[in-house]
Amino acid sequence: MQGRNGGKLNDLVVRFANVNGTGSASANYLFTKSIFRMGIPVTPKNIFPSNIQGLPTWYEVRVSEKGYLGRRDGVDIMVCVNPQSMRKDVDCVKPGGYFIYDSTKALHPEFIRKDISYLGIPLMEMCNKEFSDPRQRQLFKNIMYVGAIAALLDIETGVFRELFEEQFKGKEKLITPNLKALNMGIEYVQKNFKYPLDIRVERRDLVKNSIMIDGNSACALGGVYGGATVVAWYPITPSTAVAEAFHGYAEDLRTDKATGKKNFAVVQAEDELAALGMVLGASWNGARSFTATSGPGISLMSEFLGLGYFAEIPAVVIDVQRTGPSTGMPTRSQQSDILKAAYASHGDTKNILLLPSNPKECFEMTADALDLAEFFQTPVLVMTDLDLGMNDHMSEPLEWNDKRKYNRGKVLNAVDLEKIERYGRFLDPDNDGVGYRTIPGTHPTKGAYVTRGTSHDEYAVYTEESDAYVKNIDRILKKFHTAKDKVPQPQLYQKKNNSDTGIIFFGTTTYSALEAIDMMRDKGIVLDALRLKAFPFNKTVTDFIDAHKRVFIVEQNRDAQMRSLILIEACSDGSKLVPVLNYDGLPITAENIVKQVSKAIGIPKSTLKIEN
Amino acid sequence: MSYYRPAFRHPNLPANELGYTVEHYEGGLSTLCAGCGHDSITAAIVQACFEDNIEPSKVAKISGIGCSSKTPAYFLNSAHGFNSVHGRMPSVATGANLANRDLIYIGISGDGDTASIGMGQFVHCIRRNLNMVYIVMNNGCYGLTKGQDSATADQGSKSKAGSVNMFHAIDLASLAIELGATFVAQSFSGDKAQLVPLVKAAIKHNGFAFINVISPCVTFNNNVGSTKSYDYVRQHVEATSTIDFVPPAATITANYEQGSTKQLKMHDGTVIALHKLEQDWDPFDKLSAMTAMHKATIKGELLTGLLYMEEESSDLHSLLQTSTRPLNALSEAELCPGSKILEEINAGLR
Repeated sequence: MQGRNGGKLNDLVVRFANVNGTGSASANYLFTKSIFRMGIPVTPKNIFPSNIQGLPTWYEVRVSEKGYLGRRDGVDIMVCVNPQSMRKDVDCVKPGGYFIYDSTKALHPEFIRKDISYLGIPLMEMCNKEFSDPRQRQLFKNIMYVGAIAALLDIETGVFRELFEEQFKGKEKLITPNLKALNMGIEYVQKNFKYPLDIRVERRDLVKNSIMIDGNSACALGGVYGGATVVAWYPITPSTAVAEAFHGYAEDLRTDKATGKKNFAVVQAEDELAALGMVLGASWNGARSFTATSGPGISLMSEFLGLGYFAEIPAVVIDVQRTGPSTGMPTRSQQSDILKAAYASHGDTKNILLLPSNPKECFEMTADALDLAEFFQTPVLVMTDLDLGMNDHMSEPLEWNDKRKYNRGKVLNAVDLEKIERYGRFLDPDNDGVGYRTIPGTHPTKGAYVTRGTSHDEYAVYTEESDAYVKNIDRILKKFHTAKDKVPQPQLYQKKNNSDTGIIFFGTTTYSALEAIDMMRDKGIVLDALRLKAFPFNKTVTDFIDAHKRVFIVEQNRDAQMRSLILIEACSDGSKLVPVLNYDGLPITAENIVKQVSKAIGIPKSTLKIEN
Repeated sequence: MSYYRPAFRHPNLPANELGYTVEHYEGGLSTLCAGCGHDSITAAIVQACFEDNIEPSKVAKISGIGCSSKTPAYFLNSAHGFNSVHGRMPSVATGANLANRDLIYIGISGDGDTASIGMGQFVHCIRRNLNMVYIVMNNGCYGLTKGQDSATADQGSKSKAGSVNMFHAIDLASLAIELGATFVAQSFSGDKAQLVPLVKAAIKHNGFAFINVISPCVTFNNNVGSTKSYDYVRQHVEATSTIDFVPPAATITANYEQGSTKQLKMHDGTVIALHKLEQDWDPFDKLSAMTAMHKATIKGELLTGLLYMEEESSDLHSLLQTSTRPLNALSEAELCPGSKILEEINAGLR
């Protein structure tokens, strides 16, 4: 969309280059929230180091009138408050873009590019003059640059007043100095530059009733609403906030005001192994329970995942994926635990995976996972990632249907047990692979058995008989087949197929994949699209692949793990599955997808209008 | 091992207050070696639960992996059991206990399962003062893999094959006291008279109750030169005390010598009388208990009995202030805040 000076309106990327540990996060969030409050779709990405203080950190905000929420290549406006990373920060600005910097010190000539504009603001000088406390100087410098960028982009000042009032409710005396710092930034721009810029924003009504929330908080709420009572976890980026947010919400929503007694228990375990052990113990004993972790935790939990699978105990694991292998890049995003999670543990195992792509689905799928784990008596992994978990996302509001009832699965109570001559834990009376379990303490004489990770017969008795082993392990596989149509179903983006080329994606790749499909359509190339929402795959997935000559599979890992999983489980002809990959730790962009798809299809780059 | 247990029982087997005979407390047939110390411990658990009128279905039996961890299948058939993975019994017990605070949790582990692969979980379970009975059937070796030394094997102890253990032993009982365990006992599988009341007291203790039971491995570690053989343990065992149980309502009469008997009020109101045999040791004073244990180690003795106990102890549930009703019994209405509150949460995120 063109602005009044021929520039762009409500379509821009601003990147803030900060030093971590300087309080920039709240100032940057203030900026994002101001755009959101003006009714314009916005998506922020935190690009941060595995460090607490002193290293470069970036906050990238994309504003998109069209509502595209993926990352976009190229920075229109760089707000550089960190000299450490200046070389890189100057270089990433698009030609015609702006470089805003602290001009308290003169910019070294080596940072001057002819194709971008420089807007120097003496932030430190102004701040030191106005504020004496060193911490205040640092914090208000951040607010000051928000003021400057607000003036440059034409953000309404009233929005900030509103946001400050909300933020400092109960601490009203903080409102005035914050507004003052903001105005210092605004006034400096008004006095010294032509404003607003040709790249700017304008109020719209596109946000409607959307919310801004991170996926970790949404998962936590899903746990609260889904009835989880025991949460065991071990701190690991980027999943830590899931357990912490659960604890926070549960303190508010599940504590008896009169007695202080809590309808939940949160335990910070000694490691990830213990965390999952606690989840299995609690689930075995009839409580809903989950843990949250990331790749290294999944590796450690593998043994217990196998126990859950073979002993048939419900368990929910939220895997907020990060860049591997090993410690990898702990603060960068990837979708690289797919294969590991799907087949976690030694021996023949297959685990149910749910694949949320936005906070609303994080909420729903965490609650769904608690139902599915109990129904199928098996571990269920909710595969989010750092991008979804730790960044704020514009999302449809969270919804809970009060008529929804928890599906506690097949559990026999004392009355049921009275009617049974001999209870067999691993019989398959319904022919769906799922047996009936009993909770310890249910009946004085009936229904007890020993749960074990060793081979057992239908009555849970230890056995090394080959026939009994095969019968049991085959029944467990039957359960997995039953699950195909009970897990969240894949989403098709067309009523009927319009092309011989398809594209499959999942999770946080969705935002950019949908944008890429639009970009391709603009060039006359139609792609039929399918979004995976769970593993095991059902017939919709196989039909989609069968109906297309070529299917692109977009994902964020090096080894095309989802492609491999599809190849193993749902496709007989691998030659038609074309990987589209991004694994640099940053969320994939639509431009990247378009480039890779175009190259594979054979469209000359020149015919595609890609800006970068 | 036995292949067969006759179904015939004495027709006049006495019943306990619940109307159950001891048969109701038995489990499946043991597959351990004939003469294994673990079977004696299992028998002590059976007797303790029978005599103390424990409802078997209100017990959860949880174990790790190894010979010892097989035993939950051999007692309390009406109780659910969970034979989990190696060294991870404490975490499974923690989760189970959090889900339902009303059951009695008996954790069974071995010296490999606890002192090596499971050391981390053992340590942290103690820190949390989980309300459970934690029994280590300690034979100083890995039985199921044919007799390798474990971390509790004494330095200088000789294996069946003749090799001498060169490493220091981990003393689990001392470690447990050091880490803040609120009930620590030690016993010998061959001393049922001591073990039965210890199991009873451990069940009644509100918090983490640890019993380290030396339980000789007849097949791999019962040879001359081993410090965990029946003969060696019998010669070096030093009982610190004996325990009597006084039913809750009964009048307590001072039958014992002044100064040598202490009456302890347990969580459920039961009183136990502890008769001290060692004079220079106070089981309610951590320092004194530790000193006595270290002295015994230097003398090459195995101190048994209730070594240390805190009468007032806050278990994990009281620390976390969890609901007095078991978490697994809470209804959907109590757990799900509903759509109206979700709307408020949404409003705060706009």
